Amino acid sequence: MMAAAARLFVRSTNPRLGQVVSGGLLSSLSRTQTQKRNLAHFTYQPDPVPTQYGPTQKMNLFQSVTSALDNTLADDPTAVIFGEDVAFGGVFRCTVGLRDKYGKDRVFNTPLCEQGIVGFGIGAAVAGATAIAEIQFADYIYPAFDQIVNEAAKYRYRSGNLFDCGNLTIRAPWGCVGHGSLYHSQSPEAFFAHCPGIKIVIPRGPVQAKGLLLSCIKDKNPCIFFEPKILYRAAVEQVPVDAYTIPLSQAEVLQEGSDVTLVAWGTQVHVMKEVANMAQEKLGVSCEVIDLQTILPWDAETICKSVAKTGRLLISHEAPLTGGFAAEISSTVQEECFLNLEAPISRVQVEVLRGHQEDDQLLTDTCSP
Amino acid sequence: MSPCTLSIHQEITTQLVDVSHKQSAEDEQQLKLKLKMLTNISNVLRACAQRHGVAAVMSARTYADFTSEATFEIKKCDTFKLDVAPATEVVMTRDEGLHYYRVMQTIRRMELKADQLYKQKIIRGFCHLYDGQEACAVGIEAAINLSDHLITAYRAHGYTFTRGGTVKEIMAELTGRRGGIAKGKGGSMHMYCKHFYGGNGIVGAQVPLGAGVALACKYQGNNELCVCLYGDGAANQGQIFETYNMAALWKLPVIFVCENNRYGMGTSVERAAASTDYFKRGEFIPGLRVDGMDILCVREATRFAAEHCRAGKGPVLMELQTYRYHGHSMSDPGVSYRTREEIQEVRSKSDPISLLKDRMLSNNMASIDELKEIDVAVRKEIEDATLFATTDPEPPLEDLCNHIYHNNPEIEVRGTNPWSKLKSVS
Repeated sequence: MMAAAARLFVRSTNPRLGQVVSGGLLSSLSRTQTQKRNLAHFTYQPDPVPTQYGPTQKMNLFQSVTSALDNTLADDPTAVIFGEDVAFGGVFRCTVGLRDKYGKDRVFNTPLCEQGIVGFGIGAAVAGATAIAEIQFADYIYPAFDQIVNEAAKYRYRSGNLFDCGNLTIRAPWGCVGHGSLYHSQSPEAFFAHCPGIKIVIPRGPVQAKGLLLSCIKDKNPCIFFEPKILYRAAVEQVPVDAYTIPLSQAEVLQEGSDVTLVAWGTQVHVMKEVANMAQEKLGVSCEVIDLQTILPWDAETICKSVAKTGRLLISHEAPLTGGFAAEISSTVQEECFLNLEAPISRVQVEVLRGHQEDDQLLTDTCSP
Repeated sequence: MSPCTLSIHQEITTQLVDVSHKQSAEDEQQLKLKLKMLTNISNVLRACAQRHGVAAVMSARTYADFTSEATFEIKKCDTFKLDVAPATEVVMTRDEGLHYYRVMQTIRRMELKADQLYKQKIIRGFCHLYDGQEACAVGIEAAINLSDHLITAYRAHGYTFTRGGTVKEIMAELTGRRGGIAKGKGGSMHMYCKHFYGGNGIVGAQVPLGAGVALACKYQGNNELCVCLYGDGAANQGQIFETYNMAALWKLPVIFVCENNRYGMGTSVERAAASTDYFKRGEFIPGLRVDGMDILCVREATRFAAEHCRAGKGPVLMELQTYRYHGHSMSDPGVSYRTREEIQEVRSKSDPISLLKDRMLSNNMASIDELKEIDVAVRKEIEDATLFATTDPEPPLEDLCNHIYHNNPEIEVRGTNPWSKLKSVS
């Protein structure tokens, strides 16, 4: 990641940094022969305590999700939560206590059938219930792909606004976790980004998660909410107890800077924040870090404004590089900010799909940037 | 056997050998009398064995004294849309029995060793263990040929072994070494060998695959069939029903096997399925419900189903009622959705290895010592395999990116560090 930022400068016309960078930094970051544990070398950096939403409580990511669902079930009598194993609390404890509190007709298990779960959810939403469906892992969402893309996304359009499934929210654990291997680590946001009619949201921490999830549930469009599973326990923050919403389709500038814009979402945001600090210390480079938050529809304005200021853009995500969402951002930014760009836009795919051994590095991408 | 009886036994045997050389009628009479005595003594000794405990008697028997085969009564299978059912009286030979014992014991020991290694963090990732269900894998294999095909879900270690994988390769795959059966790149859930198509992670996805393999068999006219396994949780997936339709429509030689171990991860069958008669869910496909803890039941039912398929009559759906002692995977203790008493009960009353062992011992088909010897040999095999699995090197970096595509010209692949390029040479 550091090398990525560094290389941007090598490519650019800035002579001051050129020599410093090409020498020491790149070689020190190049792959070593021994296979080390490369998993998620990041430290979670909590957000500052929000003061505008009322009293707060210490919660981790899964607890903040539970809190959001709790608020929803309390305020909205039509809300129902369903999915595999949600009744006892879910495999990631996101729905603990909800069945006892709200009853088994509002929080119930489904059999093992993703296509069925989403299809059923669409129907429930169309009929007026606030349906919150859980897919146990984002890797399992593909049987439901047809339902999401062909049914949920197009319902409003094809019925001329007579019907819609805006009450549907799909939640799924997302992203690398270190030992997940092929089928517990995927980031499928790019597949769905190709589909108008749905919204895709990925939070970076508990405060964002609760606010964004509540926004998704209230939003009158079908939403997919991906929760970074590695942060379920690792991310602890002071989260407001009451319901609050964070607007969708608004990227958040976490750190202002003047030399390069770093864009990421989910877990990667924390890596970026670390990179920004390292860049400042080691290279004297001032980075602007932006959390995209909503993948679809994405906040092009904030990104473009930032790039117009800094002139350089680096986007990073876990999903494979080819056709990953960074490609979309790249393409739009080069169109809008062509004359502002000092260097080609860099996309970095970090954290590849892990093999079953933690220091095994199974690769999924075949393109070089 | 008391030393006294033993010496009498030996004396008579010696005498018979002497007598057999002589020609006189009187000697013949003597011979017959002594043979009769010998038989009587044998019978008495057999009776003694059952009363006084096997151990004392068996150690003195020679292998020639074991029954070479015996007939067993097994539970009748429930049938669905079938006029005939698998036989309830089956024959098992001593050799078969010893073989099944050894294979089941190997699988059991291998799974327990995998449990140990996982807890020591030598095996990482996911590990779904098969102990308790050995009779299914071994019983099915006993009724089909290695030239037939088999595909299952992720609880695949047992099948990898019965289909021809060695314990060494399996354990090395679990620890992710280059000697592993999938070259260390697959892990617990992705093991493959000849005519064994894995080892599949996504629940239910392997079932249409199995039907496809069966189609290939039918198309090539090689009289082979495909055994296509899935669990009680997967039985509620849509693609299973799509597959039933295709298989029945085109009369594919596929045996669908639902390994019903009563829990889909943590959900009991009653809470997941509108109909827990999984063998009837094929609706237009004939079905059998089989006691999956009894290897002879499984073998007989599979034989029946295989005959049905090979005769061109189309698919059969077999539900094997079985049980897993471990939780769903190593991350699941397995006691939050079922009681320890339940697990203990199954272990004491229906353990497949114990059932086979009791059968063999009470029918004089083997001695306890013989079985103990097998146990020792199995343990050694597992220990050797573990040593290999823990000392074999990991796949080399050059291998890491291979086999993304087929025979592509060399392509560059990125690693975690974008400036380290690796090569896929397929």
